[in-house]
Amino acid sequence: MPRRDDISSICVLGSGPIVIGQACEFDYSGTQACRALSREGYRVILVNSNPATIMTDPELTDATYVEPLVPDVVEAIVEKERPDALLPTVGGQTAINLALNLEEAGVLDRLGIELLGASSEALRLGEDRQLFKEAMEEEGLKVPRSGYARSLDDAREIAEEIGFPLIIRPSFTLGGEGGGVAFNRDELKEVARGALDASPVRRILMEQSVLGWKEFELELIRDRVDNAIVICSVENVDAMGVHTGDSITVAPQQTLSDPEYQAMRDEAFRVIRKVGVATGGSNIQFAVDPETGDRVVIEMNPRVSRSSALASKATGFPIAKIAALLAVGYTLDEIENDITGVTYAAFEPSLDYTVVKIPRWAFEKFPDTPPTLGTSMKSVGEVMAIGGNFREALLKGLSALELDGSPAARESRMSDPIRLKRRLAEPNWERLFAVFAALRQGWTVEEVSEVTRIDPWFLREIREIVEIETELSCWEIGSVPGPVLRRAKESGLSDERTAALLRTTQETVRHRREELDLRRVYKRIDTCAAEFPASTPYLYSTFGDEDEAEPTEREKVLILGSGPNRIGQGIEFDYCCVHAAFALSSLGYETIMVNCNPETVSTDYDTSDRLYFEPLTLEHVLGVVRRENPAGVIVQMGGQTPLKLARGLEAAGVSIWGTSPDAIDLAEDRERFGGLLAAEGIRVPEHGTARSQEEALAIADEIGYPVVVRPSYVLGGRAMAVCYDKETLARYMRSAADVSPDHPVLLDRFLEDAVEVDLDLVADGRRAVVAGILQHIEEAGIHSGDSAAVLPPHNLEPGLLEEMADLARRLALELEVVGLMNLQIAVHEGSLYVLEVNPRASRTVPFIAKAAGRPLAGLAAQVMAGKTLDELGFTSTPELSRVYVKIPVFPFRRFVGIDPRLGPEMKSTGEVMGVGRTFGEAFAKGWLGAGMDLPTEGTAFLSVHDRDKEALLPVALKLRQRGFHLVGTEGTAEHLRSRGLPVEGIPKLHEGHPHAVDRIANEEIALVVNTPLGATAHSEDAVIRQAALKHGVPCITTLAGAHAAVEAMDGLASGRWEVAPLQELSGSGRSSPSLAGIT
Amino acid sequence: MISRDLPGLLLLEDGRLFRGRAAVPGTRFGEVVFNTSMTGYQEILTDPSYRGQIVVMTQPHIGNYGVEGAAEESSRPQVEGFVARNFTRQPSSHASEGTLPAYLERHGVPALEGIDTRAVVRHIRKEGALRGVIASGEPEIEELARELEGFPTMTGRALALEVTCDAPRELPAEGRERAHLALLDFGAKANIVRSLRQRGARLTILPATTPAEEILRLGTNGVVLSNGPGDPEPLRGPIETIRELLEAEIPVLGICLGHQLLGLALGGRTYKMKFGHHGGNQPVLDLATGKTLITSQNHGFAVDPESLPDGCRVTQRNLNDDSVEAFDVEGKPVVSVQYHPEAAPGPREASAIFDRFVDGLQETSAPTPSEAP
Ligand SMILES: Nc1ncnc2c1ncn2[C@@H]1O[C@H](COP(=O)(O)OP(=O)(O)O)[C@@H](O)[C@H]1O
Ligand SMILES: Nc1ncnc2c1ncn2[C@@H]1O[C@H](COP(=O)(O)OP(=O)(O)O)[C@@H](O)[C@H]1O
Ligand SMILES: [Mg+2]
Ligand SMILES: [Mg+2]
Repeated sequence: MPRRDDISSICVLGSGPIVIGQACEFDYSGTQACRALSREGYRVILVNSNPATIMTDPELTDATYVEPLVPDVVEAIVEKERPDALLPTVGGQTAINLALNLEEAGVLDRLGIELLGASSEALRLGEDRQLFKEAMEEEGLKVPRSGYARSLDDAREIAEEIGFPLIIRPSFTLGGEGGGVAFNRDELKEVARGALDASPVRRILMEQSVLGWKEFELELIRDRVDNAIVICSVENVDAMGVHTGDSITVAPQQTLSDPEYQAMRDEAFRVIRKVGVATGGSNIQFAVDPETGDRVVIEMNPRVSRSSALASKATGFPIAKIAALLAVGYTLDEIENDITGVTYAAFEPSLDYTVVKIPRWAFEKFPDTPPTLGTSMKSVGEVMAIGGNFREALLKGLSALELDGSPAARESRMSDPIRLKRRLAEPNWERLFAVFAALRQGWTVEEVSEVTRIDPWFLREIREIVEIETELSCWEIGSVPGPVLRRAKESGLSDERTAALLRTTQETVRHRREELDLRRVYKRIDTCAAEFPASTPYLYSTFGDEDEAEPTEREKVLILGSGPNRIGQGIEFDYCCVHAAFALSSLGYETIMVNCNPETVSTDYDTSDRLYFEPLTLEHVLGVVRRENPAGVIVQMGGQTPLKLARGLEAAGVSIWGTSPDAIDLAEDRERFGGLLAAEGIRVPEHGTARSQEEALAIADEIGYPVVVRPSYVLGGRAMAVCYDKETLARYMRSAADVSPDHPVLLDRFLEDAVEVDLDLVADGRRAVVAGILQHIEEAGIHSGDSAAVLPPHNLEPGLLEEMADLARRLALELEVVGLMNLQIAVHEGSLYVLEVNPRASRTVPFIAKAAGRPLAGLAAQVMAGKTLDELGFTSTPELSRVYVKIPVFPFRRFVGIDPRLGPEMKSTGEVMGVGRTFGEAFAKGWLGAGMDLPTEGTAFLSVHDRDKEALLPVALKLRQRGFHLVGTEGTAEHLRSRGLPVEGIPKLHEGHPHAVDRIANEEIALVVNTPLGATAHSEDAVIRQAALKHGVPCITTLAGAHAAVEAMDGLASGRWEVAPLQELSGSGRSSPSLAGIT
Repeated sequence: MISRDLPGLLLLEDGRLFRGRAAVPGTRFGEVVFNTSMTGYQEILTDPSYRGQIVVMTQPHIGNYGVEGAAEESSRPQVEGFVARNFTRQPSSHASEGTLPAYLERHGVPALEGIDTRAVVRHIRKEGALRGVIASGEPEIEELARELEGFPTMTGRALALEVTCDAPRELPAEGRERAHLALLDFGAKANIVRSLRQRGARLTILPATTPAEEILRLGTNGVVLSNGPGDPEPLRGPIETIRELLEAEIPVLGICLGHQLLGLALGGRTYKMKFGHHGGNQPVLDLATGKTLITSQNHGFAVDPESLPDGCRVTQRNLNDDSVEAFDVEGKPVVSVQYHPEAAPGPREASAIFDRFVDGLQETSAPTPSEAP
């Protein structure tokens, strides 16, 4: 049956901001779905609050609403658009919950909107663990025994029944947030209480533990006539107890026999049929007892998920696209398999390679939280690697992770024999290195398996790597036998590692390889293990006889992607890479993407002409360059990752398009850059470089406190701090243990009370056009990625803005920027100071592009290809018809024991855009979109640093006018009372009860305004902020934020939402020619 | 250790040579086919339909979960040689009874690893199934090539007669007996036997050359024509037997080679496919219901739909290449499928065929003696 024509318009829900557990894989799925539905001729209406997505590009759908994903707002949108149907299954749990909400509120019924993909019953069955378990038992499938508790007493009772250890999970939280494992009664109390608090409905599921069992996932698809297929099986290397999102995983599964696998597959079909997902993708998790083969069902997700993205990339089967087509009536046998072009979607992909996924964590950003892994997901991104065997895929994955320092150094840090056992036993993010260390120290596979519960099969593969490394280290480069080197390369050892083991250089290894004809070959990912010819060039490298790359004779450009998502380098850069591909394609170039992040749109096989799924290391990128021989390579779009490669590529004779590597270097090198600025008469904060504590103290004395300090060799604001006095600086210098003559520390005068802006521009070498200026809400000192911001600036003098633009243009021309440039400027006492220049795409590019309705990254790519801004018609800063506010979102709730305060080190994972006619309205929408409930009444708790007390007054006044009851710690209360405001004083924590934490716990406080007093996570005010975080009370930690919030309350209180699609706001959309490549 | 690996190679009849390591040394000739199943290597190895063939596995790690008696589809490995990118020497599974390389070695099946298996598959896909030789050490290539030239091609090889049983054998039903079936053994997989017995069928397993009258004399409720290796066409005797069985109107179930033989007995033709279907992901479209089954398959010959006489109706086709997957015969109790409903290895969703056949018997024929009160 062809597509349904009884519906003509479909509303697609996105997943909102990037958070842990719900990341850019939903841009991949949403984009695929929107493209597929548009191509089928439906009118597609999209709602997603995250502007840094491809799916929210106005060219992609008919109406794009960058609006908060909350019931009221979405109701207003569907009210206006009157879609025939709603597709909630490509936007993660956010979209599912939202759809269920709308259904329960009767909105869908009232407006006659049909749910596509899955009925509300099926969605509920899939997402509600209790209903799901009951259904499974009814179906005769085994699940872990369990019970629900609403109180600690319940919990104790259930624990008696089931026994320890127990898995505890709060209901209705994402990615296992707030859950944990209890091994005994004491832990039960702690974990159960935490989980009860984390659950919005104060209910927890307590489950029999199957810790240490093997964990598997199956990705399924089902269609309207009940055809069901398995797209991919995934086996977790880390056993049950480590969230699949935090586990190293392998596809296809490796250790189940055929009868075991088939039995699991049959059960998966029974699950999907029982739950009743009518059409589309589902993910089902199983646990298998390694001793007996017994199997239990853990959970199912009745929608496309993070694992579907992985499965799609691992197999070449575009799950989200197919799911969307099935939702509108097609059946699997009717949909062509794009990759082969001669077969159909009704089949099960067969893999003739091994895929490994390795998560990327951000524990270095949160030193106060233990780096352990459990049932609640903590990783912020992942890499996928493909190889001819598990070893190769694993080692490729490790190099794709881009961890600081060498794996060898990491391993040696983990290798202390006394602590090794603990590091193996307690899952933690560096455990893999401990496994290497243990095997190298002579632990047997059985011993390691016993402690880690990692299946011996994986451990033996790892031991083989260790053995090969040992053997290699016995040779010299001149004497190493060919077969040994071959085995090392086939097992994935990088040239770098090989060189280290043979005590020589990478180049020498490369030459020796070439002499031995030990070359990388490129193989196609084709869904069918070569049974049918592959028409789509989706490639990975391995070692073998035959190369299938078949490069064309066309003029081509290589675009380097941004690697794994991490805090500071996320979806924004993927967005830019995708736009570069579209734009260059529209200029007639063949576009070639290199990336290793499976969650992204850039790694969809139809985003560029050719896709190489490879680590972004010099060895692998040069491999692709040698094979393809592109006219140029673009390093500007993928953030720091490709930028770091620019020098090496250039040295290897590769032509870098856009800003020259030397100019990039100039901008990143403080000494050189300082010289340039001085010559231009541009001010920077006074600064110095210290190689010891004494030097640091001396420099600080000279430039004056406070100072910003940071190690010189880290990126993304890592380990950056503000020191207000000698003591804190001395302490910082002591703790920044790595400081040495080779690793100096940089000190800057900290600009207090400065307003910071982000400015993005496009330059073609002759002309530089400012695309937009985003004014930060929080003062300088809060990382630009963590600060709320507003476009256009809402209270900066026009003269100042012109001065900024002028300065930026001068710099761009001086640096001979061709492409994008981002500038962070601070306004301090009326003067401009340049904080940082990034001669590349920045985090703010997609935001400004969405607001301005101009594809900035695409324009920049065309400029790099030789077009002038004149030719492109981009000659002046775009006019804006609304106010656009950016609100970041933070992962604080996932990490126990951390202080949710902001500082110069970036901690946010994602952002939303709020669009409004006024600043207040836009800000309010931003808050809503970021998932924060801004109260408009109740009790506000105020407690601020002495230097903020005066400035708190207007905020307090405004709150009072709105009818808030004001309470505060004595100092703050006293100060406000002295200015005539009635404020109730409450005791400090050590002064007696009921203090602030009591009142927060008792849910008597609706809003906390607290600016940090101390520097550690254990200080008193930190405890208050943690309490607020735990109890979900909005907590504002900067005064500027508080000012903005009270303004936003006006917007909120009005309760009416003006919603408008981007196409209306900026006049952009389908007609715009530069994105012709997209449909 | 690494440098002392024994070299091994795979040479194809058109001269293409792949060099790797000999996991189990030895020299053997056969038709080279590939299998895309990601699990079930032991079932594949021991499937008599692979007699005469060197099987190249596409999943890069083979042997991960070891070997066990329960996974054998016949009493020993049947393939001529086995090829994979990597063989696992120390398996990991609660059920494992030994390692795959040791198992192959014990049964004298040479195995080759460390070659670019994908390159082999692509070559076969382009050139069609080819004869080849697997060898270890440093053999004289030209010599091997000459010997290979003398080796027979698959077309015309009545291999089924090599793997069929020597004498009739009876096996009781599992649980309550619901029917008695004759199984004509052309190289039957153990799981066909198991699947039928599990559904209450008592089986009399017969050599492939058993004449029709002898079969009919058993008074069974039906006859099952098993899978098997090689070309169906030279099996003139069995084809004649099946023709007589059809005339006798006894219910017949044909599987794989059995299905091709049925086609021939009905007067149709079979042809050699370019490289056949060997894997666990073959989509079969049911023309009546419009539903697609994912099936396990292993065949190099197929029934030509044009050649089937009137009254024969193709009921299922391969979604990818339209080849015949099943047909029925008007007015005759015949079920005939090209794929393997017994799976092992592969998806089991086609197993309903056995239910349909056994259940159907009850309706069409008188109760068996043992079932009578
Ligand atoms: N009964 C259990 N015993 C041990 N570990 C468990 C159990 N249930 C879940 N887990 C672990 O917790 C993780 C998260 O649980 P899951 O049910 O998949 O929730 P989520 O919705 O967060 O994915 C799983 O990936 C698994 O490793
Ligand atoms: N001299 C300074 N005075 C005040 N704030 C500063 C100063 N230098 C940096 N910052 C703050 O620290 C943040 C991060 O510093 P930046 O140099 O931009 O590092 P990154 O490479 O992480 O972007 C900036 O966004 C700004 O808010
Ligand atoms: Mg899960
Ligand atoms: Mg910055």
